[in-house]
Amino acid sequence: MELVPFLKVLSEASGVSGYETEVREIVRERFATLADEVCVDALGNVIALKRGIGPEPRRRIMLAGHMDEIGLIVTRLDKGFLRFTQVGGFDVRTLMGQQVIVHGRKALPGIIGCRPPHVLSEADRHKPVPMDELFIDVGLSQQELEQVVRVGDLITIRHPFIELQNELVSGKAFDDRAAVVCIAECLDLLQGLRHEWDVYAVATVQEEVGLRGAITSTYGIAPDVGIAVDVGFGKQPGVPEGIAIELNKGPALCMGPNIHPAVFDMLKATATRYEIPFQVEISTRGTGTDANAIQLTREGIPTGLLSIPLRSMHTPIETLSVKDLARTGRLLAHFIAGLDERFIDKLTWKMPAGEAK
Amino acid sequence: MKETIKKLVEAFGPSGYEDEVRAIIQSEIATLVDEMRVDALGNLIAFKRGSGNGKKIMLSAHMDEIGVIASYIDEKGFVRINPIGGVRTLYEVMGRVRFANGTMGVIGVEKMDDPNQVPPMDKLFVDVGATGRDDCPVRVGDVACFLQPMVEIGERLVAKAMDDRIACAVLIGTLRELKTSPHDLYFVFSTQEEVGLRGATTGAYGIAPDLGLAVDVTFAPDTPEPAVKMAIELGKGPAIKVKDSGMLATPWVKEWMIDTAEQNGIPYQLEVLPGGTTDARAIQTTREGVPAGCLSIPTRYVHSPSEMVSYADVLNAVKLLTALLANPLSKKP
Amino acid sequence: MNWNRLEALSNALGPSGGEDAVRQIVVEAIKERVDEFRVDHLGNVIAMQKGTAHVGFKVMVAAHMDEVGLMISHADESGLLHFDKVGGIDDRVLPAKTVRIGQNRVPGLICIKPVHLTTPEERGQVISYTQMVIDIGANSKAEAEKLVKQGDYAAFDTTFEDLGGTVKGKSFDDRAGCAVLIELIEQGPYPFDFYPVFTTMEEVGLRGARVAAFSVMPHAAFVLEGTICDDGPKERDLSPTTEVGKGPAISVMDQSVIADPRLVRLLIDTAEAEGIPYQFKQPGKGGTDAGAIHLAQTGVPTVPISVPCRYIHSPVSLLSKADFENTVKLMAATLRRLTPDVVARRE
Repeated sequence: MELVPFLKVLSEASGVSGYETEVREIVRERFATLADEVCVDALGNVIALKRGIGPEPRRRIMLAGHMDEIGLIVTRLDKGFLRFTQVGGFDVRTLMGQQVIVHGRKALPGIIGCRPPHVLSEADRHKPVPMDELFIDVGLSQQELEQVVRVGDLITIRHPFIELQNELVSGKAFDDRAAVVCIAECLDLLQGLRHEWDVYAVATVQEEVGLRGAITSTYGIAPDVGIAVDVGFGKQPGVPEGIAIELNKGPALCMGPNIHPAVFDMLKATATRYEIPFQVEISTRGTGTDANAIQLTREGIPTGLLSIPLRSMHTPIETLSVKDLARTGRLLAHFIAGLDERFIDKLTWKMPAGEAK
Repeated sequence: MKETIKKLVEAFGPSGYEDEVRAIIQSEIATLVDEMRVDALGNLIAFKRGSGNGKKIMLSAHMDEIGVIASYIDEKGFVRINPIGGVRTLYEVMGRVRFANGTMGVIGVEKMDDPNQVPPMDKLFVDVGATGRDDCPVRVGDVACFLQPMVEIGERLVAKAMDDRIACAVLIGTLRELKTSPHDLYFVFSTQEEVGLRGATTGAYGIAPDLGLAVDVTFAPDTPEPAVKMAIELGKGPAIKVKDSGMLATPWVKEWMIDTAEQNGIPYQLEVLPGGTTDARAIQTTREGVPAGCLSIPTRYVHSPSEMVSYADVLNAVKLLTALLANPLSKKP
Repeated sequence: MNWNRLEALSNALGPSGGEDAVRQIVVEAIKERVDEFRVDHLGNVIAMQKGTAHVGFKVMVAAHMDEVGLMISHADESGLLHFDKVGGIDDRVLPAKTVRIGQNRVPGLICIKPVHLTTPEERGQVISYTQMVIDIGANSKAEAEKLVKQGDYAAFDTTFEDLGGTVKGKSFDDRAGCAVLIELIEQGPYPFDFYPVFTTMEEVGLRGARVAAFSVMPHAAFVLEGTICDDGPKERDLSPTTEVGKGPAISVMDQSVIADPRLVRLLIDTAEAEGIPYQFKQPGKGGTDAGAIHLAQTGVPTVPISVPCRYIHSPVSLLSKADFENTVKLMAATLRRLTPDVVARRE
C-alpha cells in the first residue's frame, strides 16, 4: 500500500473530536476494501472486521487508532471576529498567526490574528496571549458573519502536508491518523497472510477529549486482546532522555501497568523474529491513549500499545518517519498472524509451580 | 410550577443525601408515570411507556446539590468542613448552612495573611453555637447545604440549588405537559452528579437507552466583567449544548433539538461551556455508546446560594422538551 | 495473631503493575481455604468461598496488593539509573533512601549531592525526583543493564519489625488490608457467597478493582485499606484523619465514594454490640478501590474500612496491633450479620 498518499489525504481532511465526518468517510472507504464488513457505531467509530480462518467461536483482536484531531470551536461572534476555545489540548503559543478553516455553513479560510509588535509594550511582547484573548478573522463583517457562522461551529488548523529529507514527512493530525495508516497497512498485509483470529480494526473517535470512542467500541467488540496504536514523544530538544523515542528506529513497545506483560513479550518476540526495528518505552500509569480505555473495559482486556515516534506533537508540523509507519504495519500484521490458542494460554496467569488452578 | 420549584430548591439534598428531594419528586409525579423505582445508587427512575414505534429515551436531571461535610469538631465546638462537589469558598464565607438534623450554622473564617485572597477550605469553620465537643449538635460525617429561601425578583427566580432542581422541575413540568409520546421514556432523577456523575453512570448502564438527554444549568455570563465569556444571556431561551468540558453533544441530536425549537417557534441559544459538565457525559459513554445531548437552563451565580434563572427560560425549556419527546425522532443518526 | 503473614506481605516487592511477589504470597495463603480462585487479565486474585446461607447473595471484600514505588527508565553512561514514580510519592521522602530493584532485589541508593556542597537556598527547596538517580554500584551503562532492565520495579528497602504494641514496615497501605482479608478468609465461611478480591494497580487509578467488580458484580462490597493516620503533633487543632489506637476507621465519604449508609450503619451497630472500638475517618480525604467498585454496571453498595497507618506512601509506616486485630474482629462480626435485606433495593 502507498503510505504517503494515504497519510496526506487523512492529514489534510478535517475531523475534530466529535465532528469526524469528513475523515470518517475516507477511512470507511479505505477499510471497506481491506475487510469483510465495515460499520459505524453510535459515537461514530469506524469498525472494520476481517474474519480469521480459525473455527467458531473465533477469538478477537482489536486494533485502535484514533481519527479525531484537536481543533477549535467558536464561542462567540465578536464585532466581525470569532472568539474560540479548544477541543483537545493545544499549546496556545502555537496559535498566533496560524491559518485555520472555520466550518460554518461553508468552509471559510481564516487567520488567528495577532497585534503587530510595533504597537505592543516591551512587557506585552514577553507574555503569551491567553486563548480567550485571541480571535479569528475570516474577512467578513459582523452581519455577513452571522449568516454563515454560529456558536459551536468547529475550526480546524489549516496546514499542508510537507515532505522533508530522508523520508520524513510533516503535517497536522499525524496524531493519530498516522496510526490509522499503520492499521490499514496491517490489514493490507493480512490479505496475504493466514490468521486464525477475527481482526477488528477500529478508527476511534473523540480520543483527544477523553478516549471516548475507545471506551464504547471496546465494550461493543469485547475483544480477547486489544492493541492501541498512537504516537510517542520523538526525540527533540526539550524532551527528556527518559521518555524520548527516536525517529526512524521503529515503533516503541510500551511496558508498565497499562500493558499486559504477555502482549508486550509477544510483540517484542514478533519484532525480533521478523527483524523489525523497535524501541521500548515505559509508562508508570494509565497511558494517555486508547490503550487506557481498552484495558479497563468489562472484565479487563489484555492490552498492548505501539507508539509511532513523532516530533512536535499537537502542532500543525507534527513530523515522523514514513519507514516507521511501514514497520508498525508489518509488526501488527505478523503479530496477528501468529495468534493462536497457545497465546491465550500465555495470557493466563499460572501458579509459579506451573499449574493454574 | 413555581410552587414545585420552591419546594425543590429549598429541600435538603447534598450529594449522597437526596432522600428529601426524592420524596418530593415522587409525590409530584406518581400519577403521571407508569412505574417508579429506586436503584442501588438512589436514582429515582420513573418510566412512562410510549405509544409505540419509538425509541428508548433517558432523560436525566440531578437531585443533588453541592454541600459540605463535617470533618472535625474542635475543642471549642467549631465544625471544620470538607467540600461535597465544587464548592467555592468565596461563596461560602459568612453564609448560612443547614445540617440534615436541622442544626443551622454560620460559616466563619480565620484571619488571612493577605485579606484580599480567597481563603482555602481549611481556614473555614461552621459556628453552630456550641461551646465544646460535648454540646456540639453536629458530629463528624454530618452534611450540610446552603440555607436560603427562594425569592422572586421580577420574572427571575433566585435560590440555592437551582443547579439542578430547576431541571428536576423542568422534567416534572414536561411530564405534566406531555400527552403522549411514541417513545419509552425513562425520567431519571439522578444522584451524586456533583461528585462525578455517579448516579447517571450506573443509571444509564441499567437502562441502556437509545438516546440520552440531560437537563442541567449552564452559566449565563451576561453580568459585568464575567469570569468566563459565553454567548448566553438570561431570558433568551434555553440553551442547546454543543460542547462542555466533558462532552461533545452528538451532532445529529443537537441538530434535532435546534430544528424542533425552530419549527415550534421556541427561542434557544447555543452553548459552548468551557468548564463543567453534566450527566450527558456519563450517558454517552455507557456500554456501546449512546447518542446524547443536553438542554441547559441559563443561570447566573452558579454554585452560590443565590443562583438566578429566568422563569420564561424555564417555561420554554418545558415547551422544547415536550415538543422533542412528543414526536418521533426527526433526524437519522 | 500471626504477624509473620503481615511481615511477608509487607516485605514483598510489588508496586502497581508488578505485584507478582505479593500475589504469590496471597495465593499460597488462600488456595486451600477457598472453593475457587483465578487471576484475571489485570492480575487481580478473585476468589470465592461458598456461603452457608443466602446462596446467590454475593459479597465482595477487596484489598489492594500494590504499593507505591519506582520504575527504572534507563541507565546513563556512568551506570547510574534514572527512574519514574509509580503512584503518588512525595518527592521529599526519596532522598538518601535505599531501594530494592526487580525480581532479584538488587540493592540501590537514591543519591543526592552531599550537604557540604549545598547552599542554604538549595536546602530550602524540594528536589524533584527527576534530579535524583539510583546507584547500584555499576561503573557503566553496560554493567548496569546486566543487572537491571528498563521497566524493572523498585520498592523501598524496609524490613518489617515488631515493636511490641505496634509494628513497622513498608506498604501497610495496603498489605495491612491484604492481611486482614486473609484472616477473614480463614474465619469463613459466611452466610453468603464470599468473594475476597486482592486487586492490582489501585495506586495508579483503581484499575484492578474496576474490572474485578464488573466481573464479580456483587450485591455489596467492603474495601479494606491501610489509611492516612496523621495524629502526630501539630501547630493547630486540626483533624488527624484517623488516630492509632482508636480502632478501625469507617469511611462515610471520601473523594472517590459516598459510602452506602446502610453498610455504615451495620458496621457501627456491630461495633457497638460487640464492644469493638471504632472511629470515623476524616470525611472527604483520599480515595480507594471503593470509588471504582461502587460504579460497576448498575451500582454496588460499598463502604471502605481501614486500619490507621502512620506515614503511608513513605518508606516506613507504623500501625497498632490492637487496631489491626479489631479491624479483623469488626469485619468478621459485620459479615456474619450481613443479610440481603440490609442492601435490598429501596422501592
